[in-house]
Amino acid sequence: MSAPATAVEVGARAPARDYGPMTPQMFVRYSGASGDLNPMHYDDAMARSAGYPSVFSQGMHVAALLAGYAVDWLGADAVRRFGVRFREQVYPGDVLSCSGEVVEAEPRPDGVLLTVSLAASVGERTAVTAIADFLLPG
Amino acid sequence: MSAPVSAPVGTRGEEFEVVVERGKIAEFAAAMQSADPAYRGAQAVVPPTFLASSALWRPESARVAVGFDRRRLLHGEQEYVFRGPPPRAGQTLTAVERVDERYAKPGKRGGEMRFCVVVTEFRDEAGTLVAEARATYIERAARPAATDEAS
Repeated sequence: MSAPATAVEVGARAPARDYGPMTPQMFVRYSGASGDLNPMHYDDAMARSAGYPSVFSQGMHVAALLAGYAVDWLGADAVRRFGVRFREQVYPGDVLSCSGEVVEAEPRPDGVLLTVSLAASVGERTAVTAIADFLLPG
Repeated sequence: MSAPVSAPVGTRGEEFEVVVERGKIAEFAAAMQSADPAYRGAQAVVPPTFLASSALWRPESARVAVGFDRRRLLHGEQEYVFRGPPPRAGQTLTAVERVDERYAKPGKRGGEMRFCVVVTEFRDEAGTLVAEARATYIERAARPAATDEAS
């Protein structure tokens, strides 16, 4: 079972965590796991010919890392919604810093529904943001 | 080049089967660098974005036509909604895509940005809706010069 949440009040923050430095192998692993075989994520020559400095991560790969970060905090079974917005590319060598905060806590007959705001950033650049709901049994 | 075909709002694709497999869940969890035991074993639950991999089960004929120029296509947003605890290994889901919404906004440098929201519904063996995936696709405004944004 996943770890239960320790703090559920609005304003509670997830412990910060970094992922990376990112490697093309991570992108390839996500390509295989998801079935997204877009070569921009593993064929450097093709990515450069399209005007990018190198291969780059799938947005959904960064979303998956951010989802894992949120689940480590609030539990794999408790997720009820996970929505991401893609903002910036992530390249090999980048270190992703993840953060999360409870923005709403709504009592429900079967527990409390937490809405959390999450972000994965590279330095000052925000790569992916997310809003997620977790239902914690009460 | 002729404009690609765009399916109107309300169009539904054909249903396709999605078998939720523990091996695929473990592979996906490894790609997300998660050691959570909830993603291992016979009763493994699916990670929040796992249903992205349902595309592996989807025949080309089951896709609804977004109809955007691939060179200007962006995946802007993606959301997963679960009606209860997420599906588990061993379940066989039935999925169907539909065109949920289309709208347009003026582009920052002229022209028109077009949006298309495709929702994929996932039902369990009893026909109960258990999850929805909501993808927002964007077609950037066409520009006279073929210069890409460097930002």
